[in-house]
Amino acid sequence: MQIKNLTCVECPMGCQIEAGVENGVAVYVKGNTCPRGKLYAENEVVRPLRVLTTSVKCVGGKMLPVKTDKPIPRDMMLSLMETINGVHPTLPVHTGDIVINDLYEGVNLIATKTELN
Amino acid sequence: MKHDIVIIGGGPAGLAAAVAAFDGGVKDVVILERGEELGGILNQCIHNGFGLTRFKESLSGPEYAERFIDKVRERGIKYYLETTVISLDKNKTVKAVNPELGFFTIEAKSIILAMGCRERSRGALNVAGTRPAGIYSAGTAQKYVNVKGYMPGKEVVILGSGDIGLIMARRMTLEGAKVHAVCEIMPYSSGLKRNIVQCLDDFGIPLYLNHTITKIEGTDRVTGVTISEVDAQKRPITGTERHFSCDTVLFSVGLIPENELTKSCGITLSPKTRGAVVSQTRETMERGIFACGNVLQVHDLVDFVSEEAEIAGRYSAQYVLNGEGVYDFLDTQAGDNISYVLPQKINKGVDGNVKLFFRVKNTFKNCTIRIKSGNEVILERKKKIAVPGEMETLILTADKVQNLSSPVTVELEV
Repeated sequence: MQIKNLTCVECPMGCQIEAGVENGVAVYVKGNTCPRGKLYAENEVVRPLRVLTTSVKCVGGKMLPVKTDKPIPRDMMLSLMETINGVHPTLPVHTGDIVINDLYEGVNLIATKTELN
Repeated sequence: MKHDIVIIGGGPAGLAAAVAAFDGGVKDVVILERGEELGGILNQCIHNGFGLTRFKESLSGPEYAERFIDKVRERGIKYYLETTVISLDKNKTVKAVNPELGFFTIEAKSIILAMGCRERSRGALNVAGTRPAGIYSAGTAQKYVNVKGYMPGKEVVILGSGDIGLIMARRMTLEGAKVHAVCEIMPYSSGLKRNIVQCLDDFGIPLYLNHTITKIEGTDRVTGVTISEVDAQKRPITGTERHFSCDTVLFSVGLIPENELTKSCGITLSPKTRGAVVSQTRETMERGIFACGNVLQVHDLVDFVSEEAEIAGRYSAQYVLNGEGVYDFLDTQAGDNISYVLPQKINKGVDGNVKLFFRVKNTFKNCTIRIKSGNEVILERKKKIAVPGEMETLILTADKVQNLSSPVTVELEV
């Protein structure tokens, strides 16, 4: 069994987590203080997941902050940035509106700000 | 014009203070905001992680701001944008200017200072070298990329590993820049551990601890920097120089509460926090003038800014409704290994618990934090780890506060 030491990124506490890995999956997780930490560690040893946040240029030039509505694989972030930067939404946009439907395997890109004009 | 409560600053502190003051029974509240929209610096903080304490979910900066902006709008709280406050006096007269009204004066019954902070600049550090284009504070670069939509450069070196520097290392990388190095003069990062992982480690960006930039090169545009390791006295060590070619240098070297107005009004400031001296109600030493958020002390999390602003808003409303309360002050002091304690005064005339905020001076493991009044220990807590980058808090319960007779000291023992 391989032991991996991780820092949880789910919240500012940054718990130091130890995960025991066998055949590519976590067989135990310790050091986490909440269930999200356990899930984080389990994903982290298989394929790290992150919520991607960025901003896109709207028609007219205004920038709109956006994020993925679920975490995506970390290794996909840079290639998905190219797709995202090719999109130029038209205002008005409200917080939570979908900017790109199904950006990656059912994960949408959504607006995180209301911009009316 | 006249208003009951004037709030200077429409960022997270001003917004939360306004809502709390309104809900505390004062309906005539007005926010004066320098920028073009409410929300302050949150508007450019498009990354997530805000609101975990308060809303139990991870929000981006604009989302967090919008929750409070909505509350301000629902209550019909008045606000002026693009409004710069020019002066403030102890009679609570505010002089301001904006494009709509020109120069105007507001007579207030109570004032809440919520101006936030600004970034330390290259000038504050005396970094040697030329003065070419391509040198930005991390927050300026953040505004360019996230709000204005253009990239300040392609090849980047960042000085300072505070959270804004770390966040910008990731942000620039996502937008196609190459971040060569993040240098930190201290032996530890002042940023959150999670940001070291998700902003640097995720992208293979090296962090050089005990390093600083010793030279910036370039005539018209930055062409490179030299970094050097520093000794225990923070002096560069000869022979440790390392050169990076780059076109951009970002400075993320700390925040300074923006207290020019506070100073010009003659309000007592603390040399340690560089913010006003306040009691637990966040009232400054001038009756009826309150301060909250990063103008008072630089916070790690916006959730705590909102919490502090609500205290200020609530007591500002009480001041307007009931007038001056009872003032019976005891000092708080930073003892061994503690850099500051806020509030600096405990007013025994105010009921309720008192939450003490403080920072430790260094990284300590397996330590004990103690609150003493005179020689008597009134609270003790063991900590596995305490770091300067994370604000600590301890609560003095109301009964303990009432029994205090000597100044309160917070100390850390290893």
